[in-house]
Amino acid sequence: MDYAPLLLLLFAFTLAIFLGFELISKVPSQLHTPLMSGSNAISGITIVGALLALSEWEPALAKGVGFVAVVLAMINVVGGYVVTDRMLGMFKKKEKGGPQG
Amino acid sequence: MSAWINLLYIISSILFIFGIKKLGSAETARRGNALSAVGMTLAIVATLLYLGLEWWMVMLGMALGSAIGYAAATRVAMTGMPEMVALFNGFGGLASLLVGGAEWVKLRDGGWVHYLEGLKAQSGVAVPAWFACVAIGLTILVGGITFTGSLVAYGKLSGKLGGKPVLFAGQQVVNGVMLAVAMACLGGLVAGGDGPIALGAGLILIGLSLGIGVMMTIPIGGGDMPVVISLLNSLSGVAAALAGFIILNNVLVVAGCLVGASGIILTVIMCKAMNRTLGNVLFGGFGASTQGGG
Repeated sequence: MDYAPLLLLLFAFTLAIFLGFELISKVPSQLHTPLMSGSNAISGITIVGALLALSEWEPALAKGVGFVAVVLAMINVVGGYVVTDRMLGMFKKKEKGGPQG
Repeated sequence: MSAWINLLYIISSILFIFGIKKLGSAETARRGNALSAVGMTLAIVATLLYLGLEWWMVMLGMALGSAIGYAAATRVAMTGMPEMVALFNGFGGLASLLVGGAEWVKLRDGGWVHYLEGLKAQSGVAVPAWFACVAIGLTILVGGITFTGSLVAYGKLSGKLGGKPVLFAGQQVVNGVMLAVAMACLGGLVAGGDGPIALGAGLILIGLSLGIGVMMTIPIGGGDMPVVISLLNSLSGVAAALAGFIILNNVLVVAGCLVGASGIILTVIMCKAMNRTLGNVLFGGFGASTQGGG
């Protein structure tokens, strides 16, 4: 068994953990919820896995399960981005009223 | 998986990284969200370039999910947004569980050798059998916890469940036992391969993961729910990353892991803003009204 490609994936995984830690620092508290919502939309990336379950040569049950996964992941992705954008839109309107113009 | 698809995955990973970074500051937050949405679109388009997908199912599923997600996100009132995020997060968790489930069905249907060959043909990476099984089991476990945990958080925030913490004697013991049995089932899933023992162990694992999600969230008061949703958001990222390890997909691993790690940091920051520790929120069993604030 050649473990090299697998280790490469683990390598990416480990680096992404540190990157994730570093990305979040000194976030103003009013941005906590939009940030949570925005990264929630990113976790909808599981759509990629769901789509790949729909390969035409797979057993019908796997495709059925995959189909439900596609619908749910898509709700997470589209809903997540739209709701985050709405949150941030309100945020901007509030600022426009202020001295920032 | 062709080099082009993987190249597009790298670009979308970069967009996610910049997206999260920009979401952390007020001036750039909206652009950051748009950037990460472009990254997601790119990842989906790249996946659609993979040949041999059942097109009508792909199109119908994506259209259906988009319509529901868009309708829910645009109709929800401003005050209802946090609970809507919890609900979306739950769907994401369930989707990851189902991705694990679909891979498990493939494995059981065609047997080990056939499954691993198919996996190698799709991803270009050969993995040992135990690795695929551990990844499937963990994806199901974390995805299930995320799903029901988020549903309870949604129920508590929206007032459908009542915000009071549910506590009973020996709660921690029950939770510990459930987790231990889940681990044993994971062992059975890996050791049993494509045999009948693995089938039983896997089904019990699905049930337990859903149960653990509920048990983990009910002792926490409604006022602490934002912190819990942040933690569950982190878990849904972990679930996606684990699903990425089943199908050996780099964008799933990287994006899922980014959300998992940044979600944990955000959770800790939110706890600090409330002058609490994460352990205190999770196991304190209070925060129903007075402690919440934040």
